[in-house]
Amino acid sequence: MSQVNRIKGGLIDTNRSLTFTFNGRKMQGHPGDTLASALLANGQRLVGRSFKYHRPRGIFTDGSHEPNALVELESGAHLEPNTRATTVELYDGLSARSQNHRGSLEHDLMAVTDLLSPFMAAGFYYKTFMWPKAFWEKLYEPMIRISAGLGSLSMKEDPDHYDKGFLHCDLLVIGAGPAGLAAALAAGHSGARVILADEDFRPGGRLSGETFVVDDIAGAEWTAQALTELAAMDNVHILTRTTIYGAYDHGVYGALERCTDHLAVKGDKPRQILWRIYSKRALLTAGATERPIAFGNNDRPGVMLAGAVRTYVNRFGVTPGREVALFTNNDDGWRTASDLAAKGVSISAIVDARDQAAPATIPGAQVFMGQSVVDTKGRKGLKSITLSGGHTIPTDCLAVSGGWNPNVHLTCHQRGRPDWHEGINAFVPGGALPPGMAVAGAANGTLTLGAALSEGHRAANAMTKDLGFNASRKPAPKAEDEAHECAAFWHVGASRARAWVDLQNDVTAKDIKQACVEGMASVELVKRYTTLGMATDQGKTSNITALAIMAEVNGKTIPETGTTIFRPPYTPVAMGALAGRARGKDFRPYRLTPSHQWAKANGATFVETGNWLRAQWFARPGEKGWRDSVDREVKMTRASVGICDVTTLGKIDIQGRDAAEFLNRIYTNAWLKLPVGKVRYGLMLREDGIAYDDGTTARLGENHYVMTTTTANAVLVFRRMEFARQCLWPDLDVHLISTTDGWAQYAVAGPNARALLAKLVDAPFDISNEAFPFMACAELSVCGGTKARLFRISFSGEMAYEIAVPTRFGNSLMEVLMEAGREFDAVPYGTEALGVMRIEKGHAAGNELNGQTTALNLGMAGFINKNKDCIGKVLSERPDMNRDDAIRLVGFKPVDHSQKLAAGAHFITKGDTANMANDQGWMSSVAFSPTFGHSIGLGFIKRGHQRTGEVVRAVNPARGSEVEVEITSPHFFDPDGGIQRG
Amino acid sequence: MIINHPLLGPRDAAEFVYLGDASLMERPDPQGPEAADNFHDYAYLRKNPAGEHRELWYHEQGDRSWLVVTRNTLTHEISKVELARDVAVTRRGGQ
Repeated sequence: MSQVNRIKGGLIDTNRSLTFTFNGRKMQGHPGDTLASALLANGQRLVGRSFKYHRPRGIFTDGSHEPNALVELESGAHLEPNTRATTVELYDGLSARSQNHRGSLEHDLMAVTDLLSPFMAAGFYYKTFMWPKAFWEKLYEPMIRISAGLGSLSMKEDPDHYDKGFLHCDLLVIGAGPAGLAAALAAGHSGARVILADEDFRPGGRLSGETFVVDDIAGAEWTAQALTELAAMDNVHILTRTTIYGAYDHGVYGALERCTDHLAVKGDKPRQILWRIYSKRALLTAGATERPIAFGNNDRPGVMLAGAVRTYVNRFGVTPGREVALFTNNDDGWRTASDLAAKGVSISAIVDARDQAAPATIPGAQVFMGQSVVDTKGRKGLKSITLSGGHTIPTDCLAVSGGWNPNVHLTCHQRGRPDWHEGINAFVPGGALPPGMAVAGAANGTLTLGAALSEGHRAANAMTKDLGFNASRKPAPKAEDEAHECAAFWHVGASRARAWVDLQNDVTAKDIKQACVEGMASVELVKRYTTLGMATDQGKTSNITALAIMAEVNGKTIPETGTTIFRPPYTPVAMGALAGRARGKDFRPYRLTPSHQWAKANGATFVETGNWLRAQWFARPGEKGWRDSVDREVKMTRASVGICDVTTLGKIDIQGRDAAEFLNRIYTNAWLKLPVGKVRYGLMLREDGIAYDDGTTARLGENHYVMTTTTANAVLVFRRMEFARQCLWPDLDVHLISTTDGWAQYAVAGPNARALLAKLVDAPFDISNEAFPFMACAELSVCGGTKARLFRISFSGEMAYEIAVPTRFGNSLMEVLMEAGREFDAVPYGTEALGVMRIEKGHAAGNELNGQTTALNLGMAGFINKNKDCIGKVLSERPDMNRDDAIRLVGFKPVDHSQKLAAGAHFITKGDTANMANDQGWMSSVAFSPTFGHSIGLGFIKRGHQRTGEVVRAVNPARGSEVEVEITSPHFFDPDGGIQRG
Repeated sequence: MIINHPLLGPRDAAEFVYLGDASLMERPDPQGPEAADNFHDYAYLRKNPAGEHRELWYHEQGDRSWLVVTRNTLTHEISKVELARDVAVTRRGGQ
C-alpha cells in the first residue's frame, strides 16, 4: 500500500522516506510525520478496538488528547503499550501494533461484546457481578481480568534508563503556540531567564496546523523565525518533546522530556528525563482542545475532529478522506472546509447545527444549515452520514467541530475551579490559580489569533516587569482575529443509535442520562459510575459534552453541574521516569564499612543492615553452611580473640560546658559524676516512657563526650538530640556533631584481646587491667603515631576493647590487627557471631528495643534515676506501665536440648490452652549457642524475674511448632561479669 | 515546597524532615503540678488545623537547624520561617 492519501505541502521532509510497520505491514512515511499522520497517509483508517465493546475505531485527533488510536510500540522488553499514535514521532524502523483485540484487528473475536451492550450499560458491574456471590472468585473476577485493560505489558524489566534533573527560571512558558511564542519573545528580550516548553516535537501549536498569517508572513514561517530568534538568546531555554505535567507548590513544575523515543538508533542517552522546574512565574499558554458533538454512531473510523483534519492537511500533507463532510456548530469548523477546498480536497457536505445564514461559500459543497448528523454507516470505516433532514450523503471522512475548550488543567492542580464563559461555551481558568501563574491565549479563552498573540506578549511583559526586568519595547506580533462564533449545541437528541461521548471508555449519551436518572447527582459520581473521563486521555475530548448532557437531564446550567477536578499528570508519565535511577539495588545508596575491601577479599558474606552492608560471616574452605562459620567464629573468639567491624554504630561527638547536664536529660541514668577517661552505659526513653535506644558514652575530656547509638537509630537519635538542644534547652552550652563516618571502629574481644592490642598501642600507654580497667577510655596513638581512641567495653561478654582510628586508616587497621593476631589465631567475626554472643550475654538489641517495651520490661528499671528529670521519665511512671504482672526480659532454654527455639513464639503456661487470653509473652531473640551446645533465647514473659526454673510452652502456631522451655537468667554467659572485667 | 531558611535562603522541602506541630517545643515542667496530665497531652495531642499551622521542620540535608515554619495546610503558603532556637529562647524570656 502506497501513501494514497498524501497530498502536496505540509511541514514534512518528502525528500526522505521512513519505513515502518503497522501490524506487521510495511508502510512509508516522512520525517516530520507522526505515526497517526503516516497511517492516514497510507489509507489505514481502522487502527484499534474500543475498550468495552471492541468497536472498530480510527484516529480521532491530532495530539495528546487522542482517545482511540492507542498502539503498542516495539517488542520484547522495549514494548510500550497504550501509546497515542497522534504523538509518536515517526522514525525509520518503527514497529507498531493495534491493541485490545483477539484475532486480527479486522476480525476481532471480542467484537461480540458489542452485541451484549444492552446488558453492559452504565454501572453494569455494580449490578451484574453481585450475585450469586460464589460466582465472583471463580467466574466473574477471572473473566473481568481477561477483558480488562488496553495494551499488554512486556512483563520484563524496563531495559531503558531514565534521569531526573533540576532547572531554574524566572518565567516558565508552558506551550509554544502563538501566545507562548509571543510571551517567550517578550520575556526573552527583557533579559529574564525563560524556559519555553512544548509537548510537540515541532513548536508552533495551532500555527503548524492552520493557514494563519502573522506579521504578514505564513504562520509556520513566523514560528521558524521566532524560534531562531529565541535560540540565539542565552537566557532562553527551549524544551521540545517536553510535557509540563503538573503544577506543584511554590512555583515548582514537573516536566517530562522524551529524549530518545523519536530516534531510530536510541544510543545510550537516557530515554526520558523528569525535570523539576523551579520558576518564579509561570505563564500557561497550553492552547485549547476541540470538542466533538455526540450523535448516532459517531465513533466510526473516519469521524474526526475538524481541527485535526486541518492539521493533517496543512501540517502533514495528508488528507484523511477523499470526500470530506463537515458537521459544526461554529464558525471555526468552516475553516476546515475552506482549507481543504484550497488544497483541492473535495467537500461533499457542510452541516451546521445553527439555523442561520451560511458564513462562507465553499465551492462544490452542499450546505445544510440548521441540520445535524443523526447517524452514520460503515462498519470498519465511514461510508455515509444521515442528516436530520433525511438526506444520506456518501463520505469517507466527517470532520466534527463542537467548539474549543481551553486547556485549563494546570490551573486546577492546586484546587482552582474554572469559571464558565458564556461567550465561548467553555470553562476558562478561574478561582485561585497556583501562585505565580498567569494564563494567556486560547488556554485563557482568548480563542482568536491576533488577541492570543497580544495577550501572550502583554502577560509576559507584566510578569517580567513584576520581577524587576525592563519590559520589552518590541510590539506584539500582529495577526487578524478569525471568526469564532459558536452555538451551545452538544449532542444530537434526535439520534436513535448510540451516541458516543467518551470514546476511550465507551460511554454513551444514554449511559450518562441513565446515571443521572439512577441518582448519580454529582459529576464525580457519574464519572465513577460510567467510567467517563478515565484512562489515558482523562476525558480531554469528552468531559464537557458529558457535563452538558447532565445539565440537560437535571435541568441545571453547566456551571451549576460543575466540573471534575484536574490532577497531575496532564498526560501519562511512565513509572520508569518517576523512578529515574532509583530502581533495584540503586533505590538508595549503600554505605560500606571501612573494612569492606578486606572483608570482601577474605570470604565475607554481606548483609544489609539499614543502609550499611556488613560482613555477616566469613566462610572458610570446607565449611558446609553458615552455621559452621558462625559457630567457629564464636568459639575462636571466646577461646582466643575475635575482631568485628562495629563502625556502623552511631557516634555523636558532644562538647560544651553543659554537655554532662545535657546527657543527664537525654539518658535515664546519671551522668554528672562520670570521670574523664570512663565510659558508661546509657538508656534513652521516648517521651511516652517507652525504651528508645541504648549505647555507651565515653568522657574523653572535661567538656567532651562521645556517644554511641544503635546502628538502626543513629540518624534518629542525632536528630532528636538536635531537637532537644535547639528546641527544648537552648540555654545549655552544648554542641553536637555526628562522627559515625569519621571513625573506623573495631571490637577486639576474647582472652587474648589485650595481648593483641598491646602490640599495636604506642608506648608509653599502658592497657593493663590495672591501668586501663573495664569501662575505661582514652585517646592515644597506635602503630607509631596514628591517633586512635580505645574503649574498654564489651558487647560479647568477653574481655574486650573497641578501638577507633580515623576512617581512612580503617582498612589498614583491620589488616594490621589480623597480622598482629596471627600468633593468637585471631578470627574476624560477622554480625551473626556478634548476635550469638550478645544473646549468650543477655544484652538487649533491636528485637528487645522494639518500641513496645519499657525499662522495667527490659530489667533496667534501676537505670531510671529518681533524682532528676529526663526525656520520658514522667510518663514512664504511669501505673499501668509498672504493674506487678508486667513482662520481663529473661532467658529461655529448651528442656530437651536437641530442640530448636523460634523467635516470635508465644509463651503459654503449662496446662493452659494456647490462645490470646492465656498469652504470657513472646520470644524475641534466639540463637544456637556453640558455647553451651544448644539453642538459647531471650524473651519477655509476665513476672519473668520471679519465675526462674519454671517450664513453660513456647508455642508457634504460624509454624505449627511447640517447645517446652525453662526460664533462666538472660545472662547465659558469665552472669557475674568476671570475664569482661578480667 | 520551598522553605525560605532564615540563614540559607530558599531550600527545597526535600532537604528537610517534617516533625509536626510546634507545640512539641513546649515541654511541660516535670516538677509542676499535674505533670503527668500535662506530659500526656504533650506526648499524645497535636493540633492538626485546616489552615495556618506552626510546625517543626529539620534541615537534615543542610545545616541541621530546626525551623518553626508557619504554613497554611490548605494552600501550602508559607508565611513565616524562624529558627526554632530563637523561638525557644524568646519563649524562655530571652538569653
